[in-house]
Amino acid sequence: MKLNKASLFALISVLELASEPERQLSTADIADKYGISSHHLAKVMRNLVHEGVVQAMRGVGGGYRFAGNVNRTTLLDIIRLFESLESDLDLPHWSKAADPVVEELHAITNEIDTVTRAILDTITLATALKNTRLRAELAAQKEAPKG
Amino acid sequence: MNQQIIIEDAVQDDLEAVIALDRAGLKEDKIGYWRGVFQRYVESGRADRVFLVAKQGKTPVGFIIGEVRAWEFGSPPCGWVFALTVSPSVREGGIGKKMFDEICQRLKAAGVSTVRTMVDIDSKLTLSFFRGMGLRTGRYIELEKQID
Repeated sequence: MKLNKASLFALISVLELASEPERQLSTADIADKYGISSHHLAKVMRNLVHEGVVQAMRGVGGGYRFAGNVNRTTLLDIIRLFESLESDLDLPHWSKAADPVVEELHAITNEIDTVTRAILDTITLATALKNTRLRAELAAQKEAPKG
Repeated sequence: MNQQIIIEDAVQDDLEAVIALDRAGLKEDKIGYWRGVFQRYVESGRADRVFLVAKQGKTPVGFIIGEVRAWEFGSPPCGWVFALTVSPSVREGGIGKKMFDEICQRLKAAGVSTVRTMVDIDSKLTLSFFRGMGLRTGRYIELEKQID
């Protein structure tokens, strides 16, 4: 599975903002940290604001703040704002004789899509953030001088 | 004020309460099934079969059941959790986590280092709970077919 850029940028931004809900970050802050296009990210942020996931803060030091509920929002909730996550076989002109093959391939991709959606729809932001913190702690332990 | 939640081994007297808790989710009459479960997981008294009940005061408000299974399609011994219910009236209070942590300790004491479960794809609440407990897609994939 390959997420489109908008979905990926949205997940990054939401997880980054939700990790410290009181903190405000600009698109430049997030774009710099992850090495992504600030211009593209700005478009994504506008969509997230429109959907009520993040809040745009005005004034000096303004930026964005997480406005959702980490326990109620899943990764799929965020991704669905930008794409449907349905596999596309990209065979617009197949002939009738090819039906069984195409139908079988559709059945297989549907199976994959169903499992993919089930995974993404049961990982809440809270769970993803918890796992993120555990990874950070583990990395810090590995880097800490021994003795 | 809320009474403290205690996690303890199920006893025969919990049968009716467990059936009632199960019905809250499924609305099916499964008395025969539950009698069998109590025989296997309560009466046997084996360390590798664990049936825990969460009680608020003397009232059961949740349960979790698991056991050690081994060598199914070559799988080394692992813990299997196959039932988990928390009364809707006391959810989001950490009871599921308490029960899961306790059953993991019991299964670990019984000699396993992995715990597995299998949940209906539409049970978003239960799947999200297990994800929150750190479970991820494992090495064994469930497959099924309608038998005509």
